[in-house]
Amino acid sequence: MSQSEAGMTVPLSKNRNAGFGTRLNAYFKLIWSYRLSYLFIAPFVLCFLAFIFIPVVLAILLSFTYFNALQPPHFVGWQNYLYLLSQDLVFLRNALPNTIKFAIMVGPGGYIASFILAWLISQLPNYSRTVYALIIYSPSLVAGAAMTAIWVPLLMGDRIGYLNSMLLGLGLIDKPVLWVTDAKYLMGSMVAVTLWSSMGVGFLAQLAGVLNVNKELYEAGRIDGVKSRLQEIWYITIPSMKPQMLFSAVMAIVGTFKAGEIGQQLSQQFPTPQYAGHVLMSHIQDYGEIRFEMGYASAISVFLLIMMYLANKLGNKLFGSRGDE
Amino acid sequence: MASLASNPVAKMFTAIRNKRRNRLNRADSFQRVLYVLLTLLSLFMILPLIFIFVQALKPYQELFIVPPRLYVESPTFNNFRELFVLSSSSVVPVTRYLFNSIVVTAITVIGVVIVSALCAYPLAKHRFPGSKVLFATILLTLMFAPETVGIPRYLVASHLGIMNNYFGHLLPHLAAPISVFLMKQFVDTNVPNELLEAAKIDGAKELTIFYRIVIPLIMPAVATVAILTFQSVWGNTETSRLFMQDESMKTFPFFLSTITTGAVNNVARQGAVAAAALILFLPNLLFFLFYQRKVIATMAHSGIK
Repeated sequence: MSQSEAGMTVPLSKNRNAGFGTRLNAYFKLIWSYRLSYLFIAPFVLCFLAFIFIPVVLAILLSFTYFNALQPPHFVGWQNYLYLLSQDLVFLRNALPNTIKFAIMVGPGGYIASFILAWLISQLPNYSRTVYALIIYSPSLVAGAAMTAIWVPLLMGDRIGYLNSMLLGLGLIDKPVLWVTDAKYLMGSMVAVTLWSSMGVGFLAQLAGVLNVNKELYEAGRIDGVKSRLQEIWYITIPSMKPQMLFSAVMAIVGTFKAGEIGQQLSQQFPTPQYAGHVLMSHIQDYGEIRFEMGYASAISVFLLIMMYLANKLGNKLFGSRGDE
Repeated sequence: MASLASNPVAKMFTAIRNKRRNRLNRADSFQRVLYVLLTLLSLFMILPLIFIFVQALKPYQELFIVPPRLYVESPTFNNFRELFVLSSSSVVPVTRYLFNSIVVTAITVIGVVIVSALCAYPLAKHRFPGSKVLFATILLTLMFAPETVGIPRYLVASHLGIMNNYFGHLLPHLAAPISVFLMKQFVDTNVPNELLEAAKIDGAKELTIFYRIVIPLIMPAVATVAILTFQSVWGNTETSRLFMQDESMKTFPFFLSTITTGAVNNVARQGAVAAAALILFLPNLLFFLFYQRKVIATMAHSGIK
């Protein structure tokens, strides 16, 4: 690796037996010699500190307090977490199971779907490949508010709803189904709609990954006795695109856990009917922005961050490369 | 007899096996099935998008037809007109929201590209103390969604005094670990060290190297980051919701989210809502269409090792 003009001058602690002061001095000189590098990264690092690092730290601190935004926060110890995990029935009965259910269906489900799609598309000749990739990617361009505009009329619960009228016309149902206002169907609609729009950056990364697999590997594989496409995928494609698989897994995990608004966007109610679409993000919003119990809301967000982290750890186990890949 | 019969049978089997092996190379029928499958799926994916186009162009009387139709007979631009009339009487006209959105998006996209590239270059090429920690932190935050800590973000923003001005829209987006990550990966593989060294020997300053050598070499990543940022900012309602109390500082997607609430039972307004959704969606699609090749090229380097 090359070094820039920055950092060329001083090797760190030439003399190991030198005193603490000299070593510190050398270290400062080293840092000073990289001053340009620090200047370059400064704008990002400052914004990062202000809007990601400090908020996360603050959330952790606030989660141990009672804070209603009017009076200064006062320390309550583990009380928020105790209440969250033992007494908050909406959280235990609805928010947590809903989040897990939603995350499992949309996360791994969408992830596997995006891999299969990426692979299928990569089997097409150049021109049609681009067209199909564009079509499948384009729903992910529909941003939050536009989601409502599209899906609310489509899923509307009476005869005017497009899905209902189509199914009635085909004779598949006898009376209109309340797709988004009936607690029974809301979760299903949320999953379907989210899957529809989930072929985003992760999908593109996987497509690029599949397309970039060295073609010679397939030739070599055939000589070594790879007989079917499934074997090709398992022994050649997946191992050679592991980094992209991991990236897209991270994107999928983050995307699923932070998707909290879709339930209330579809049902147009907050909280959703019988809490059927109530996920952790909605619970945070409920306590933070409506009841102004910010300490408690922070405890929920810390809990959510820990869940995300653990899910990512799992993804890392599955797709992380060890050592030199 | 048996041996005589087994010979042609064996031959047939080898023939079939050969054919199957050939299928690995050509596979016409496989591709045909693939086309049918993908076309069906694409229809499902694209129908809602066609729907929004159609809905936005429907005249009043067609919005009320039962059963509803997925096509439009006499398309008009009335819905767009209504969208602008709808709010002309209220305190803040639609044009103001649109203006805010355009300004915010333009500034943010430029800002994120510059800030991320500035950070990605030293991160990839200079071994300054702390660079490993910084990159590890960025990798870690890829796994978090800052949206989850909205309340502390609100507190930080109010202390920084960026409520109700454009900085409140801009600064939170500048902290974009994913942009830095994508660019860093791209610099790693696409900017040869020899070139940087040669430039240094010729006496080029770091800043010159940055914008004369690094930036031109990572243009695909720049385009990708620009597009991804554009997508997330253009549709973002979070900064308006959290950091803007002044109605005239809020953005277009926020406006859309306010008029969609209650649209369930209000068929008449669906046309205007669809028009607004279309305004929100089209720029995303167009930008992506222009740059899709570069995006896919960048994504090839997105892997986390």
